[in-house]
Amino acid sequence: MSMPTGSIVALLSKLSAHAQQKPWPRYDVDAETWVRIGKGLAEGEGDLLAMWGEPKVVHLALRVAALPHPCVVSLNAAGGAFPSIGAHHAPAIRLERTISDLYGLKPVGAHDVRPWLDHGAWDLHVPLGKRRPADRSVPTGYAFRPVLGEGLHQIPVGPVHAGIIEPGHFRFTANGETVARLEARLGYAHKGAEGLLSGAALDKAARIVARLSGDSTVALSFAFARAMEAALDIQVPPRAQALRGVMAELERIANHFGDVGAICNDAAFALIHAHCGIFREKVLLAADRVFAHRLMMDAIVPGGVARDIGLDDTEILITMLDEVAVGFSEVVHLYDDTPSLQDRTCGAGVVSRELVKQWAAGGHVGRASGRDFDSRRDVAYAPYFGLAYDVPVFDAGDVDARVWVRIREVEASIRLLRAWLAALPQGPVLVAVPAAREIREGIAITEAFRGDVLVWVRVKADGTIARCHVRDPSWFQWPLLEAAIANNIVADFPLCNKSFNCSYAGHDL
Amino acid sequence: MRTLLLKSLFAKPVTIGAPAADAAALAEVGRALDLRARRLFGRSITIREVDAGSCNGCELEINALSNAVYDVERFGIRFAASPRHADVLLVTGPVTHNMKIALERTYAATPDPKWVVAVGDCGCGCGVFEGSYAVIGAVDKVIPVDLHIRGCPPRPIELLRGLIALLDAATERKRSAGSHA
Repeated sequence: MSMPTGSIVALLSKLSAHAQQKPWPRYDVDAETWVRIGKGLAEGEGDLLAMWGEPKVVHLALRVAALPHPCVVSLNAAGGAFPSIGAHHAPAIRLERTISDLYGLKPVGAHDVRPWLDHGAWDLHVPLGKRRPADRSVPTGYAFRPVLGEGLHQIPVGPVHAGIIEPGHFRFTANGETVARLEARLGYAHKGAEGLLSGAALDKAARIVARLSGDSTVALSFAFARAMEAALDIQVPPRAQALRGVMAELERIANHFGDVGAICNDAAFALIHAHCGIFREKVLLAADRVFAHRLMMDAIVPGGVARDIGLDDTEILITMLDEVAVGFSEVVHLYDDTPSLQDRTCGAGVVSRELVKQWAAGGHVGRASGRDFDSRRDVAYAPYFGLAYDVPVFDAGDVDARVWVRIREVEASIRLLRAWLAALPQGPVLVAVPAAREIREGIAITEAFRGDVLVWVRVKADGTIARCHVRDPSWFQWPLLEAAIANNIVADFPLCNKSFNCSYAGHDL
Repeated sequence: MRTLLLKSLFAKPVTIGAPAADAAALAEVGRALDLRARRLFGRSITIREVDAGSCNGCELEINALSNAVYDVERFGIRFAASPRHADVLLVTGPVTHNMKIALERTYAATPDPKWVVAVGDCGCGCGVFEGSYAVIGAVDKVIPVDLHIRGCPPRPIELLRGLIALLDAATERKRSAGSHA
């Protein structure tokens, strides 16, 4: 332990924050402080929340329990390089490879300098940096880590998978049935979102962010709206805040229903899948009637929500909740009473408490392995302020624990929904977005169904977006899937993968 | 489990009625299907879904087709794990540069006769991702497309209407004009 505890707090206390960023401070740091913060994260002093680039700057968002808020530190990298954080703190490795691919800034001292999102298929090198023309190559060459040993064989899977899922490549090295090592290669769904967001008008940017991961569209729009509102000092009306909560929890239960069903289906227990499919459909049908979109896409906008709901709509939602709550409790009993199903889920795909802490893994991945964190409670925001909210935490770290986190979260979400719907505040649901007049920055975290999403935005004086970075929870979950599947059988990969349900699109940006 | 099964015996089915084929989709796929294909297909098609870069919104709704409410298999439509077993590729986009070769290879691995359905505003056009260095755009910029089902994402019922139009054209079962649902 070379670092004294609390060294990050001591380092930050000497700095003064930029006036333009709200609500959490952003500090310019020198290279030495940057490295010491990275080492502090590696020592377990805090959580790495995000790391992203600009053509000449790298930013790192972190959360230290001793500080009241998360914060951002920024390092000038005009020379084209910055000291690697990943060399000390592994969760930063893929983030740095992405910064190198997109902005051309090199992490000095990094152990892994392979490209990540750049598969050699674009017309440009460093498309968001110096934009040099590139010859397209066949994007299949990639130096997977060698795995040496007797009797090992490789199984390549993807990017086109057997099911109706997103594209990604999994390289298994197996010894007979047992997985010795999995290495994932992602980036197939990379659409260049950060490039499109730079210079975008506000409404265009909101529509792009809402489409970075369709299953989390509400949470993404919610985080983007809150980052914009922080930047521009917008006060959102209470009714809009409550309706945002309603949508966020509807999205959560719809996804959890889908996941619980799909996990059981991957354990060949189709009955629960069939019932959960109906529950999910009921939520989406109600969302479509009330919010005019099954996934509630574009329903949360900076300043409030896009449309108000009526008394009839409240009734539709309450009736739907009554139906699915009863049905779901029966399915939960069935899950609990079926040893043949638990034979597959218990003990499969274990992730250790140490790993989820190191990676600050959000959502069911973290909470199934003892990480007691939920941004609704721990980085609280409207409408979750002041709510007595139980965060379900389990210790086993296996597929079963990830199922139980989802089950308990569905129950908690239904309680929240009933409370809000019984007493929706009256009043307007949208306020106008004022002119920026100067450069402003905002940052926000919201709790998506799979974990915390972070959005950072810089607004130009004319109100357009200068920069926007969106960090999906999957960044800190995908690498843990590789740990979860080790020493499990290859045939259990779909089960383990579904119990994580990471987003490919949200990660690939 | 017994009570759950017993309840199912007395409960009404949750499955909705069959929607009419989408008239515009019928006209589009009618052109694409020749007589030989109609004989080959009968009233059954097997689909391989390919996500060529979508946000996963379209995948959520395509997955919903298999739930008890839409029950796509009652129409003779099923999803296959391999393109080698497929008659139809159901492709979402926008096609990214990083997925171009995988999509081309999946198309090549699908036996003739085959049809391609582009799904979603991104797969049919380029959606909000137009102009990015990382995307090629609509599916028909990479492989030939026979039917477009737009929407962001299209509702399952809209997907169903489009796919039933594909089946109807394949079986030459004409519906009276004006049955546009």
